[in-house]
Amino acid sequence: MTATGIGAPVRRKEDQRFVTGQGRYVDDFNRPGQAHAYFLRSPHAHAAIRSIDTGPAMIMPGVIAVFTGDDLAADKIGGLICGWMIHSKDGSPMKAGPHPALAQGKVRYVGDHVAVVIAETLAQAKDAAEAIVVHYDVLPAVVDTAQAAKASVQVHDVSPDNTVFNWHLGNKDETEAAFARAKHVTKIDLVNNRLVPNPIEPRAAVGEYDLGTDNYTLYTTSQNPHVARLVLSAFIGVAPEHKLRVIAPDVGGGFGSKIFIYAEETVCVWAAKKVKRPVKWTSDRSEAFLSDAHGRDHVTHAEMATDENGKIIGLRVHTTANLGAYLSTFSSSVPTYLYAPLLSGQYDIPAIYCEVDAVYTNTAPVDAYRGAGRPEATFVVERLVEKTARELRQDPAEFRRRNYITQFPHATPVIMTYDTGDYAASLDKALEIADYKNFQQRKQESARRGKLRGIGFSSYIEACGIAPSQAVGSLGAGVGLWESAEVRVNPTGSVEVLTGSHSHGQGHETTFAQLVSDRLGISIDQVSIVHGDTDKVQFGMGTYGSRSGAVGMSAIAKAIDKVIAKGKKVAAHVLEASEGDIEFKDGRFGVAGTDRSMAFGEIALQAYIAHKFSGQDLEPGLKEGAFYDPTNFTFPAGVHICEVEIDPDTGVTKIERWTAVDDFGVIINPMIVEGQVHGGIAQGVGQALLEGAVYDQSGQLITASFNDYCMPRAIDLPAFQVGMTVTPCPSNPLGIKGCGEAGAIAAPPAVINAITDALGHEDIAMPATPQAVWRAAQKARMPMAAE
Amino acid sequence: MYAFEYHRPTSVKEAAGLAGQAEDTKFLAGGHTLLPTMKLRLAGPANLIDLGQIAELRGIERSGDTITIGAMMKHAEVANSAEVKQAIPALAEMAELIGDPHVRNRGTIGGSVANNDPSADYPAACLALNATIITNQRKIAADDFFQGIFTTALQEGEIITQVSFKVPSQAAYTKFRNPASRYALVGVFVAKHADGVRVAVTGAGSNGVFRLPEMEKALSGNFAAEAIDGIAVATDEMNSDIHADAAYRAHLVGVMARRAVQAAAARG
Repeated sequence: MTATGIGAPVRRKEDQRFVTGQGRYVDDFNRPGQAHAYFLRSPHAHAAIRSIDTGPAMIMPGVIAVFTGDDLAADKIGGLICGWMIHSKDGSPMKAGPHPALAQGKVRYVGDHVAVVIAETLAQAKDAAEAIVVHYDVLPAVVDTAQAAKASVQVHDVSPDNTVFNWHLGNKDETEAAFARAKHVTKIDLVNNRLVPNPIEPRAAVGEYDLGTDNYTLYTTSQNPHVARLVLSAFIGVAPEHKLRVIAPDVGGGFGSKIFIYAEETVCVWAAKKVKRPVKWTSDRSEAFLSDAHGRDHVTHAEMATDENGKIIGLRVHTTANLGAYLSTFSSSVPTYLYAPLLSGQYDIPAIYCEVDAVYTNTAPVDAYRGAGRPEATFVVERLVEKTARELRQDPAEFRRRNYITQFPHATPVIMTYDTGDYAASLDKALEIADYKNFQQRKQESARRGKLRGIGFSSYIEACGIAPSQAVGSLGAGVGLWESAEVRVNPTGSVEVLTGSHSHGQGHETTFAQLVSDRLGISIDQVSIVHGDTDKVQFGMGTYGSRSGAVGMSAIAKAIDKVIAKGKKVAAHVLEASEGDIEFKDGRFGVAGTDRSMAFGEIALQAYIAHKFSGQDLEPGLKEGAFYDPTNFTFPAGVHICEVEIDPDTGVTKIERWTAVDDFGVIINPMIVEGQVHGGIAQGVGQALLEGAVYDQSGQLITASFNDYCMPRAIDLPAFQVGMTVTPCPSNPLGIKGCGEAGAIAAPPAVINAITDALGHEDIAMPATPQAVWRAAQKARMPMAAE
Repeated sequence: MYAFEYHRPTSVKEAAGLAGQAEDTKFLAGGHTLLPTMKLRLAGPANLIDLGQIAELRGIERSGDTITIGAMMKHAEVANSAEVKQAIPALAEMAELIGDPHVRNRGTIGGSVANNDPSADYPAACLALNATIITNQRKIAADDFFQGIFTTALQEGEIITQVSFKVPSQAAYTKFRNPASRYALVGVFVAKHADGVRVAVTGAGSNGVFRLPEMEKALSGNFAAEAIDGIAVATDEMNSDIHADAAYRAHLVGVMARRAVQAAAARG
């Protein structure tokens, strides 16, 4: 290990430019001759378009072109795709309605793309968009998740009952049998509230076309530029794959919302060729609220069966998932294979059966958002486990412990085989840090001040890495989910790593360099991480699902192994020893049993000058690539404990303590990991207490700005007590499990379990706003007053 | 934002003259409501008259039992003013509770009072502190000035030059913030004057800021939180939205009023 190697809390290399305003985001790119795009969006949630008259806009100052869906269709530009096929219980494929980049005949949500104006300036484009005359026949809208399948309104012709699929997982018969012999059944109804992602950098795109070379370039806010290129070329058809360069430079947060391939970047690339000018679009915050893919939005009924010993013997779940007006890129996978396979939680549950009905509504498309399916699953499991423990009058921590999986590997009834873990160790550590044994004392002290104190647990598990390819392929993924890396050693011994992962806040430039530093014995200052440009980097799958450590870094490790192997060959020639006698240790190649050795950098130089070996014996150079496809998902898990104090007079919930004990396997940079945990918890607390996208019955988004959509602030959060336990992941060479989503997955049930504990009853929905908590406290007050 | 003509007068007279001559004008003070509205293309005045360079709209002075604040004084300046802190600490604290540091260093008292946003803080202070709104044409009692949401007694082209507050013997402002916008969901300003107690509520009412005579009467008899314990706040003129319905707002008015009285009484 080096001072900047694995396990060192190295400060983030990239932060120098981020905190000094030197980051370069898509909107910072201004191309010569650039024009500006502005999208005219539907003001209606559901309407037939009778006519669009672009004539008045065309004659406005500065207007270069105005395009509608007809223009895209005339150029045979395909619609946006959903890349994960889900089959219903009856074997029929999901019902995918058309998803044109610009509306064709119908708009299906407020913010849907009707036309685009390309003008010299953005202000001129906006002025002209106001001059476009659209005649709509406004139709009634369906917005309610639970009612969508019964509504008379039909969003897509292909789906008369607004149902995308009726899917299921698990063993129905065994589950029914378990419930038949259960001593106790706990039931719960839950809503997992819809969220707006709100990365600090809004989406943006610059499309460019080179008439001379027939090459296209797209600068875009993407978490996965190669996937964007593949979809834009092979499916949407805006440009051939080898002619399209996709650049995702510094990206200011994604949380999933920048995985997807949207209408705007599609139109920018296509329009750049049409108008023979670079075309730029940057979302404003209002557009982001309306048109970024939202997250969550589940309505669930779930039941848990326990036997006479307090052992969980069965779980059955019925979920309705709102996918919005169109199927976004990976939308179908989120409430299915990223959801139901996590319903076993950390528990040994022999029988599980889950049904998911996915529905269309006249709302923004819903897709993966930090955690993607796993927060929804964890919310179901952890609310239900908590409620069961309370109904059985058991301590919630001990009830969990009694039901933990303790033997590994463990095959759940819902696909997953957990590889390793020690859930009781995390629980013990969390109870210690949270000072659980003195909780009742603190509760009484709060009561003396007229406050209600509660404690809530969340014993979460997630499946990360989103791999291996064979597995995801068998589940309907349209792509493989491995990762790639190339390690280029320069003659001076410095190293460039080209990675298919993409950093948009995760700190890859630091952690990936730490791996190189650790393995090659050089400083991280000698390492550059190159990502986000399809012209530089070999095909890669991108960053989501906490996969860049476990999968992306494993690919780098594999390439480094090849570099070391090649270096040994070079060293054997230079040091005049047999290859088998060369050892690589502490950054030096040496001959075993002698004091003859050369530094990594010296061997790199020898590899390039190639004076000591013939081209027949050995190729010059030192550069290796690798594709890494893991053998399993990874299974980070942990225990979060939230302690709240409620002011029953106002309904304000204050989080007094937060304990997080996570097992992320091997940790590369504990400071960055802790930061990821903090951010994830903040987002989870946001979902639990503050955030919620609300549409009115006509399909207007009420929470369309920060005036009404409440983001978490520092004042809403306590100081986090973060602890770690480590069981190395056996399915990748680095032992990494992933940490990016844990907080967002763990937090919501911990908060709600704490609030319901404080209130003494279960009736509270997310977000648990002051109003909601006050109302619930009113209900709770009666029996409390009698005590 | 639509294009507009920008004017920057250096005297109130010049500003009023511009407003009289030009079509479709708006005065720009701190711009915290007007500029976002313009950016969203919800407003598009042809002429914007920036009051920021007019020296006579600035200043804070105490004279006997009144404290007078220039209309273009920023919230941060009021919050940090030694005169205000000494004379009416509750007013300085109220200013300190507006928005965030960015807002407090741009937003002005005159802009806030003229805009009369139903969830703004200053209107409650004006009512509770029996303020006089001084314009380039006349003096208007606060009780006559606020006439419903975003509606005031101001005439077209009339410019607020100063706001003059009566110094109370005890006062406090408590605010329950809208969790998202951080504006007042309910804000209650309580002030005890020689001639009685005033209780003003912002954020809650569907017609904007209002007083609570029943509480004022009870508190004038006994300036203690218990005095208003049983007083119910009617829900029929309360705002209702996704953050707080009328019943919750009405409840919060009572809670905030009691807490304001406690805070004021504690000030001694």
